[in-house]
Parts: sequence; C-alpha cells; structure tokens
Amino acid sequence: MIMDFVWAFVVGGAICTVGQILLDVFKLTPAHVMSSFVVAGAVLDGFNLYDKLIEFAGAGATVPITSFGHSLLHGAMVQAEEHGFFGIAVGIFQLTSAGIASAILFGFIVALIFKPRG
Amino acid sequence: MITKDNYKNDIKKYQPKPKLLKNCIKAFIIGGLICVIGQALTVCYMNIFDMTTKQAGNPTVTTLILISSLMTGLGIYDKLGQFAGAGASVPVTGFANSITSAALEHKSEGIVLGISTNMFKLAGSVIVFGVVAAYVVGLIRYSIQQFF
Repeated sequence: MIMDFVWAFVVGGAICTVGQILLDVFKLTPAHVMSSFVVAGAVLDGFNLYDKLIEFAGAGATVPITSFGHSLLHGAMVQAEEHGFFGIAVGIFQLTSAGIASAILFGFIVALIFKPRG
Repeated sequence: MITKDNYKNDIKKYQPKPKLLKNCIKAFIIGGLICVIGQALTVCYMNIFDMTTKQAGNPTVTTLILISSLMTGLGIYDKLGQFAGAGASVPVTGFANSITSAALEHKSEGIVLGISTNMFKLAGSVIVFGVVAAYVVGLIRYSIQQFF
C-alpha cells in the first residue's frame, strides 16, 4: 500500500524529469515534449510495455500524458477486435473521451467564470 | 561580422545557463507529488465506490483535470508551471492547464471566436500526434495479428 505511493512518486517523477531534460538540454517547447510523450506512450503500448508499467507504478504511469497515447491505442485495439480495420478509428477515443470531454467542459466553464491574469 | 549564425554563438556566454540539476529535481518532486495525489484519488475511488483499478482511472483523471482547471482559473497553476517546468506540464493536469489557459487568454475576443476557437491552440498538437501515432501503431499491430 505504502509502496504503491512510493512507486507512483518515483515513476511519475522520473517521467517528468525526462520531460525536463528534453526542455533544458534539447531546447524543445512544452508542446513538443507533450506531443513526443503521447507518441512514446502509444509506441510503448504497441509492444505491451506500458501496461506493465501501470501494474507496477499505478498512478505514476496513468497520470503523465504518456498514458493518453496508451489509452488511445487500447481503445483502438478493443474495437479493432470487433469491427476489423474500421474499428481502429471507432475505438480510438473510447477510453480517453472522459479526459478530453472533462478538460473541454471544465476549461470552458472556468474561462467563462474567471478573469485572465498576468 | 555579425551573421545570424555567429550571433547566436556570440550571445551564448551572456545568456543565463539553465540550472539543469535544480530544474530536474523540481520537476521530479512536483511531478511525483501530482502522481501521488492521483494514486490517493484512485485508492479513494476504489474503497468508497468499490471500483477496480481500471474503473477508478477515469474518475481519477477527471478529478485531477477539474482541480487543475480551477487552479488555472485562480492563477495558481501557472505559478506552479514556472516553478516546476515539466513537472507541471507532463502530467494530465498540464493538458487541462494548456486548454484552460488558452481559453482564458483569448476570452476578450468573445466566447465563440475567443474561448472556443483558441481552446486547443496548445493541446491540439497532443491530440493530433496521439491519434496519428495510435492509429499507425494500431494498424501495424492489427495487421501483424491478422496476417502472421
């Protein structure tokens, strides 16, 4: 139980550190880093590696943006089993729709209510 | 002679060097803490609503996005981003922050042309690359499963 939290901290922190190195050493913008991480998550899941990381690190692997790529591919593969090639496009947002929909909804509401700062 | 190329090299020694180690430690700690909050939320949802780990994933992400959007509206998340760098932008909270901050920034241009049009200015690239990568990898994996 405690170790779950420790590994979530260590793995999540390590993924963010890789991002920071990409920012500082390779001079990428945050948008480039986030895009690369999503692609990395999808590719890792293509080799079934990301699921193992989630089993091991829990939220340390599901909270970073890499899990977005992983969920996109997972949804796509589930529908591909049922509907064949067209299923890939059908299922691609299946698992991530909760995250995207809530990000749009909350972002819209917050933008309506709050005033821009700084 | 000053050209575009040697100008960049000449000013290099006058630019502040990014403190790599310090930045990495900050990113590690803040990024790790956000994941620990996520883990705590997952455990809460699993115990209170009797969910499995996978079922608890969606409510956890949604809760983190709600918190991050509110913090962006209050101006707290941007300060966190300045402090932690990738530690604040790599977790899913950074995705929500990029949507909310882009929407807020263009609020003065109106609800349709400002907020809604610009909402995905930063987050759009994440979705585009995610979908393209997942589609290509999915296609390859499905083909391998079918034909081999």
